[in-house]
Amino acid sequence: MYATRTRNARPEPFAVHVGIGERLGLANMDWPLTIAAIALIAFSVFTLGEATQNDIPGDPNYFLERQAIYAALGIVGMVLLTRIDYSRFRELRVGIYTFLCASISLVFVFGFAARGSRRAFELPFFSFQPSELGKLLLVLALAGFVIDGARRGSAVQRTVRYLCLGLAPAALVFLQPDLGTSLVYVVATLAVMYFGGVPWMHFAVIGGVLATLVAVVLVVAPAAGVPLLKGYQEERLTSFLNPHEHEGGAGYQQNQSKVAIGSGEITGRGDKATQTRLDFVPERHTDFIFAVIGERYGFMGAAFVLSLYALLFWRALRITTLSKNAYGTLVAGGIAVALLFQTFVNVGMNLGIMPITGIPLPLMSYGGSSVLATFLAVGVLQSINVQAHLSQRGRFAW
Amino acid sequence: MYLRNDSRPQGSRLSLRVAVVGGVGAVLFAVLFFRLWNLQVLSGDKYLAEAKNNRTREFKVIAPRGDILDRDGDVLVDNRTSLALQLNTRKLPDDPVEERAELARLGELTHMSLRQVRRSIEKGEEVAAGAPVTLRRDVGFDLIAYVEENQDEFPGVAVQRVFVRHYPDGVRAAHVLGNVGEITEAELKEPRYKGLEPGDEIGQAGAEYAYDEFLRGDPGLTRIQVNALGQPTPGGQLVSMPPTPGDNVKLTIDGDVQSAGEGGLAARGLPGAFISMNIDNGQILAMGSNPTYDPTVLIEPTQAQVNELYRDEVLAPLVNRATEGAYPTGSIFKIITALAALENGQITPDTVVQDNGQIEVGTDTFENAGGVAHGAVELRRALQVSSDVYFYLLGLDMWKTNELQEWAHKLGIGRPAGLDLPEEGETLLPSKAWREQLVKEGLALEDRPWSAGDNIQLATGQGDLQTNPLQMAIAYAALGSGGRIVTPHVGLEVEDEAGRVLKEFDPKPQRKIHIDPSHRTVILEGLHAAAQEGEGTAAGVFGGFPIPIAGKTGTAERPGHADQSWFAALSPYPNPRIVTVATVEEGGFGAESAAPVVLDILEAIYDKQAAEVSSAGGAE
Repeated sequence: MYATRTRNARPEPFAVHVGIGERLGLANMDWPLTIAAIALIAFSVFTLGEATQNDIPGDPNYFLERQAIYAALGIVGMVLLTRIDYSRFRELRVGIYTFLCASISLVFVFGFAARGSRRAFELPFFSFQPSELGKLLLVLALAGFVIDGARRGSAVQRTVRYLCLGLAPAALVFLQPDLGTSLVYVVATLAVMYFGGVPWMHFAVIGGVLATLVAVVLVVAPAAGVPLLKGYQEERLTSFLNPHEHEGGAGYQQNQSKVAIGSGEITGRGDKATQTRLDFVPERHTDFIFAVIGERYGFMGAAFVLSLYALLFWRALRITTLSKNAYGTLVAGGIAVALLFQTFVNVGMNLGIMPITGIPLPLMSYGGSSVLATFLAVGVLQSINVQAHLSQRGRFAW
Repeated sequence: MYLRNDSRPQGSRLSLRVAVVGGVGAVLFAVLFFRLWNLQVLSGDKYLAEAKNNRTREFKVIAPRGDILDRDGDVLVDNRTSLALQLNTRKLPDDPVEERAELARLGELTHMSLRQVRRSIEKGEEVAAGAPVTLRRDVGFDLIAYVEENQDEFPGVAVQRVFVRHYPDGVRAAHVLGNVGEITEAELKEPRYKGLEPGDEIGQAGAEYAYDEFLRGDPGLTRIQVNALGQPTPGGQLVSMPPTPGDNVKLTIDGDVQSAGEGGLAARGLPGAFISMNIDNGQILAMGSNPTYDPTVLIEPTQAQVNELYRDEVLAPLVNRATEGAYPTGSIFKIITALAALENGQITPDTVVQDNGQIEVGTDTFENAGGVAHGAVELRRALQVSSDVYFYLLGLDMWKTNELQEWAHKLGIGRPAGLDLPEEGETLLPSKAWREQLVKEGLALEDRPWSAGDNIQLATGQGDLQTNPLQMAIAYAALGSGGRIVTPHVGLEVEDEAGRVLKEFDPKPQRKIHIDPSHRTVILEGLHAAAQEGEGTAAGVFGGFPIPIAGKTGTAERPGHADQSWFAALSPYPNPRIVTVATVEEGGFGAESAAPVVLDILEAIYDKQAAEVSSAGGAE
């Protein structure tokens, strides 16, 4: 497709005919990425509308309306970011980083507690969860630090510095406690470092340390009588390995989710989707929305949604190679990997092959913070794409 | 490090890293797709079944049990509906404190202590783990309204409409009817209860047990849709299959005759039993036992009632003495001795014996009752005046031949009668072989062989003989019918709700034995004389009875008890259709208490027949 498109056919920047797209600065958007993102949120709104009719008595469209508003806000945010040169964020990295850490910390003071966890501020029209936006902020700031520090210190010093910068907010989020989001921070940090050229050997060491840590946290420490994770956290993390042992607890959710998805078969059960309609699957509008899709729309619907995520990931990864500068590559890489990670962990959790970590499905799970943050991240990707084209240097195309 | 921000990163190192991430992404998506395919396409049907199972709850709709009717179609047992308070123990609060509080509240409502509530739950769980436990039946509407208005306080409590057996006439025919009860773990394993589930009710005794398969019916099924909390969802009734009510069972029992027998027996105020049976086909017209009980009590007995019904071994109200009793019979046994002697040629009807009031055998002396000497007697007279000496001599004659036992055995003494009810007790026909076996096993009180005295005792229904009214009725029926050993039964037919006959019970006779008609005639003559002529032992009772009968009194010496009164009658004489036997423990002479019971029964039978004949315009 791109191979057949000649650059000469594109309008010149100062062409006489200036279309609406051009005026909005959208001409150089990556349209497959845009379409994937909008298709996903559309599917989300549609699914929520169908599946949550009876959730709020007297307000059948509660979730549908709110998710639609978040989607609209998100799309506006995405378009705005598309028009901005993302490179400015590199200069603002210290401010962004400070804001990131501060906003997460403030949750401890002002946040409201939901299910034993302080994650969000209660705002007049919705509750804002800073750690969601923080995923993007962390990538933007950390990529800046990596570029900035590329020539300072030894390779080991640099690696340690990046790790510390990335793991500090991750630790704050972990303490909220929000294990899932903190894992996204860790993965995003590693991704930015990876695209920043940190040597393979360092990753091998980090991998080794991580493996040891997991072993200590899950096996050694509890055995020694020093539990580091809260009971429910550990149970969620390990129950997927043998769900039948945990029929009543964490394993129950996953088992019901599996039954829901499996029962959708090829074409789905539509309104007969009893598993997700009759509360057998918990959190069906947020963490387990993929189970709703699987049951209602079957393999055809679920595979279609998965394909959209694959498209999203591919376009994001492609943008890393188009970027006009290394900062853009790092940011796009961080965002791409974070999206891949969240998608895989959430869908894997719905399918019973990943632990329950409370990571929402980007652009699908109900929730303003997540939808907005993801659209802003897509906006940053678009900005990188647009800038690459504007700088006339995006010749490389897959 | 390849970073130089102002220029676009180039070169193979970035490409490699992007390619690796792309590869990892491709693998992860492949894993998700494969897993999705596996769940939805390869094993979708399994999960669909699981999902359907998940959201449905099945409720059994209990089938009403069939009615039990008497031979005229009058109801002996039917059902009434009752509201029962049931508790689904799985829905009790997990928190032991809350659970305790709820059970205490329930106890208050049902007038039970917390311990009693817990015990009934435990008992229910023993019978059928997991099934709802019935806390109390027959709860009032005010209580139901209260529970329903305060559902939050009583999670797991439900009101169920249940059918409860209803006995319109209280104790009448209790032993024949039997009772129903929840199926036990052991019964669930029996082939005759295949397909039943814990909590189902089955017949536990009497006709309820014997004809359970017809009475039981098939439960219906309601399948409703529920949510994850197990609450029914609106419009979620998926299947509704109405139950098939059980069929009605008509018994051979004649309610009027039954009442007469029970009334007559109760008037004696002593333990006893009676049976009245058709001698041609074995249909039991009436059968009763005293003391009796009200089967209603067995539906939900209190501890005191359990003690009274089950623990009292002397009165033992649950025992059907007509079929489970084990008594010596006294002189009503003499027809068997007579038959044996006649058929074996020991005597002819005209053989005369000098009755001096007693005989001596070795060192033992055997006397007539009261030591009366009857003088020269032949068989008819011996039966009429109940000469013991006459039969002592026959017993002595047959001491070594075992002929008396052979004939008693042929006539059904000491062997299962083949009754359709489950209640048939152990009986004993003593013989030489039995005695030797007893000695061999070291169970005999005295270590001695079968003596002449033993056989002399048996000839008059004394000694070690242990039998019951049912067996004596069969023996008399055989005499009356000329040798037919009937299969006694209370089941007549099975009818559906509309009264259409689905099945008739007409069991074949057990066997036929040969009885010389002249022998039958002479014995019947003797019995008729005994019952209704001059010096006859029961003439005082039956002398004025308009229907000619043949009957025999018996006065049995029962160790440890006062004399037991017996009477057996064949009516009408000389071509009998019905045999009636009654016994009264410690009732004294046969004519004293058992004969009046038989008279009551026969009056009921023939009054009714006369009424039917006149109302049918003299037909039949």
